Amino acid sequence: MSSHDTPIVAKSQAQYEYDRHHNAVHMRKQVVNFAIMIFFTFIAFAVVAADFSKYLIFPLILLLAGVQVVLQLYSFMHLEDKKTHFGGVIGFFMWMGILIAFTFFLAFLTIIWW
Amino acid sequence: MDFNTKFTPHTWPDHPEQATMEGKNKVVGFWIFLACEVVLFASLFATYLALKNKGPAGMEFTTQSLFELPLAFAMTMLLLTSSLTSVYAIYHMRNFNFKAMQTWFGITLLLGLGFLGLEIYEFYHYVHKGFTFDQSAFSTAFYSLVGTHGFHVTLGLVWISTLMIRNAKRGLNLYNAPKFFVAALYWHFIDVVWVFIFTVVYLMGVIG
Repeated sequence: MSSHDTPIVAKSQAQYEYDRHHNAVHMRKQVVNFAIMIFFTFIAFAVVAADFSKYLIFPLILLLAGVQVVLQLYSFMHLEDKKTHFGGVIGFFMWMGILIAFTFFLAFLTIIWW
Repeated sequence: MDFNTKFTPHTWPDHPEQATMEGKNKVVGFWIFLACEVVLFASLFATYLALKNKGPAGMEFTTQSLFELPLAFAMTMLLLTSSLTSVYAIYHMRNFNFKAMQTWFGITLLLGLGFLGLEIYEFYHYVHKGFTFDQSAFSTAFYSLVGTHGFHVTLGLVWISTLMIRNAKRGLNLYNAPKFFVAALYWHFIDVVWVFIFTVVYLMGVIG
């Protein structure tokens, strides 16, 4: 067993029940986040179906998409979990990816003349 | 660590996916792969936005004439729900409940298959109308973006089902826990991309 491995210890019954409860509470939060995502999706489709001005719809649905993605990354993909190892490395690469992604949009939509 | 160590719910670590050196490396390596996927999809999105509705003179196809909201809505609901069911699968993985994990991954697969079926129907419908891959710059950009996502969904379905079959008799241990975890991460990433596709391609396309 290397020093990087988590030692295997048998939990006491009290610890086991506490952790189970903690996991269940966490899962309930995930369901709430899911409800928020579904709600945002409904709003996005509803404002488009209702045919509001596109100067209202575009920023609104892009904002809703942004919030949904943050919920996916931090909640569903466990980035908010402080116990994730090398969380800093993961965050660094993801944000660099997003930065490069932004330069694509900038270049393709404003700088290149098609 | 011996990967074949047998566990009980009481000895199962809190974060089994990162309890071994291999697990830690696998999760970080996979996130770096996902960062590269962000760049890949960004290039496809940017290309699509630049070439949207562009094509030969007199082209009849536009985002407004092609896209239908009810279909995009159904696809979105299927994929969003499948994201939640894979969260349930990982929840049961952390509770050392192999059967429940397999069940929830199975439901995830069914929802993913439903999504893929609708996407194939959609593409078939467009091609039938004459909106083929090489019809215009717009059609190529559209199929490249949405098709690359569809390819990811297909790959995710094959990946998760292979994992489920390969480990069906093995049960959970520290060898396969990281594998299930990164497969779930991949599935969530597919959903992240779809959130932008339904917003940027379908919703913004219907408005024009």
